[in-house]
Amino acid sequence: MGLLRRLLQLIVTVVAVTFFSALLLQLLPGDPVEVLAPFSSEEQRDVIREDLGLDDPFVVRYAGWLGGFVTGDMGNYYTVSSKRPVSDRVADALPISLQLMIYSQLISLAFAIPVGVYAAARKGRIFDKFSNATAFAMLAIPNFALALLLQYFLGVKWQLFPTSGYTKITEDPSMHFQQMVLPCVTLAVGQFAVYMRLLRSDMIATLQQDFILLAKSKGMSSRRILFRHALRPSSLTLLTVAGLSVGTLIGGALIVEVLFQIPGMGLMLAEAIATRQMVAFQSLIAIVAILYVLVNFGVDLLYSALDPRIRHDRTR
Amino acid sequence: MTSEETPVGTLPGTGALLDVRDLSTRFDSPRGAVRAVSNVSLSLERGQTLGIVGESGSGKSVLSRTIMGLLPRSTASVTGEIIFEGEDISGFSDDQYRQFWGTEMAMIFQDPMTALNPVMKIGKQITESLRRHMGMDRTTAHDTAVELLRSVRIPEPAKRFDVYPHQLSGGMRQRVVIAVALACGPRLLLADEPTTALDVTIQAQILDLLEDQQRERYMAMILVTHDLGVVAGRAHKIAVMYAGRIVESAPTRKLFADMKMPYTEALMSAIPRLDAPPHTKLSAIRGRPPQLVNPGPGCAFAPRCPYARDLCSEERPVLRPVEDDPDHLFACHYPVDSAESIEIKDHLRAEQMVAEAAGGGDSDGW
Ligand SMILES: Nc1ncnc2c1ncn2[C@@H]1O[C@H](COP(=O)(O)OP(=O)(O)OP(=O)(O)O)[C@@H](O)[C@H]1O
Ligand code: SF4
Ligand SMILES: [Mg+2]
Repeated sequence: MGLLRRLLQLIVTVVAVTFFSALLLQLLPGDPVEVLAPFSSEEQRDVIREDLGLDDPFVVRYAGWLGGFVTGDMGNYYTVSSKRPVSDRVADALPISLQLMIYSQLISLAFAIPVGVYAAARKGRIFDKFSNATAFAMLAIPNFALALLLQYFLGVKWQLFPTSGYTKITEDPSMHFQQMVLPCVTLAVGQFAVYMRLLRSDMIATLQQDFILLAKSKGMSSRRILFRHALRPSSLTLLTVAGLSVGTLIGGALIVEVLFQIPGMGLMLAEAIATRQMVAFQSLIAIVAILYVLVNFGVDLLYSALDPRIRHDRTR
Repeated sequence: MTSEETPVGTLPGTGALLDVRDLSTRFDSPRGAVRAVSNVSLSLERGQTLGIVGESGSGKSVLSRTIMGLLPRSTASVTGEIIFEGEDISGFSDDQYRQFWGTEMAMIFQDPMTALNPVMKIGKQITESLRRHMGMDRTTAHDTAVELLRSVRIPEPAKRFDVYPHQLSGGMRQRVVIAVALACGPRLLLADEPTTALDVTIQAQILDLLEDQQRERYMAMILVTHDLGVVAGRAHKIAVMYAGRIVESAPTRKLFADMKMPYTEALMSAIPRLDAPPHTKLSAIRGRPPQLVNPGPGCAFAPRCPYARDLCSEERPVLRPVEDDPDHLFACHYPVDSAESIEIKDHLRAEQMVAEAAGGGDSDGW
């Protein structure tokens, strides 16, 4: 039952997202082909029109795309001088975006968990107040501003990290990570603040519980009480939000990829929008939507791993 | 490390195991200081049971947590002495307490539904203190935990080791909590209303289990309850608490034979009777529980006491011994029996109550 519902959810999400975003894109004025292939002859343009179904009504065009997408044909991606299947480009771009998101999630969680835990344990004291104030400041900075600040100070002024570009990890791991630092930190800062605040408030509630007092009355160390007893039952909201915030992260990644010139899905999406490539755009959006649903499916699985009560409810 | 290995009292009979002197606990609140426990003194011998009885809000839990040293230092301020094994533990640091908790003193909580970590297997909740305090390796700890589960009469203990709390009934969970508390062989067990949240039929089983374990391990126990009936046959001594103070204390038999405090008497009439159908409402004591913020000068029970006179609301009665018996203490100006006019008043009240009861009566436990 669960799986069937999931599948249905996946289909509805993907269709809704692609349909409405296609509708929006179609409202943009001007001839897409004009933008796409400014130097081509009229015949060449006709070929492109034919390929993109630009002469068909919107619904027919959308249905055509959907049919293609379902059978694995994501259409062509046009650049000024050439075209390549979208699937080829995605094969390059998707892993890059995934890396960006995974790294930044890891960074934000790696900081949010200990800071959230200790802020809760020292509720109302200096550490708590300081971390709260910091978190609010971090939430207030927009991504692009932070990116520019980081690029200016850490990149240009102090020359600590490169400010743009991407290198494959297999090519030059050291360069790969150096280039990823600034974009990942940009993405991680806001996430950190959200996660930290969430975990802190859930931890405060958990620390009031009897079972924490029982653990204390057994003589467990406070570290053990915080991390082995309190953290797990306090992390469910954090996990949910971490899953949902993949949406935010995708949005953030779009900006960050453009600002740091990282050839991921975001940069590609931005290009597709700028050049009105509806077919490619829809395919990209669909992939992102599928990714989003899958991540949240994974979050649900993690849920039951974290809380045995959910696990047993499910199997019953 | 079950019953056999626990030494039968290291030095039996060398002074009291626990000696609490003039202990007070205050909480700061926006309305003023909450005097949850005031000037409590009590003592407990090795292997014996002390019953602490009082209504909800009388400070029983705060007292037992104060003795355990479990209250948050930031909000609770404690004065007085807690002498355990001849050493004042009230000034212990957290690190000192951590050595102490589990091995010297352990605690059982009221609600077994919330006392166990919901996301940790019950076996693990027992072994973690064995490993920490007794330095056991994984397998020894596992085997010891299974033995502990067996000793608290959990069927199929080896299988139960790997279950989560929610897979067990309330009674079974309380047995697990007991096993957790007993794991490192504490000398003093504080049981804070260990059966209140349980079904009547289970209550006696758990109390019997506690009694057996206590005897086997020569462990002292403080049994906290609001039900005088629970401690009646089980405690060596009983202390009755009201508004954070001990208002009467005596060896159990003496207390039941010759109670002095009107409040003790009222608690007595609130004991559920065995032949009453289960879950019948007890006759609760009339009136409101007392003010703990800015208490008045007199006896805290005065507003609800059938024998109260002017003096009662003016001057607080001191805790004093019955003439020929230093073991029996009470705090009352006009104790239930001996005092002259009280006798009369008692009769008047009794007659009145009979009349009321005949005329339809509001709430009645008799
Ligand atoms: N942390 C705290 N801060 C302020 N007041 C508190 C705190 N803990 C307990 N109190 C107050 O102390 C008084 C005694 O509470 P306590 O829990 O000891 O009562 P109790 O006798 O155990 O009652 P019950 O039978 O309901 O468990 C209550 O009035 C309570 O409101
Ligand atoms: S001192 Fe007075 S009010 Fe208090 S219990 Fe005794 S008779 Fe009642
Ligand atoms: Mg209590």
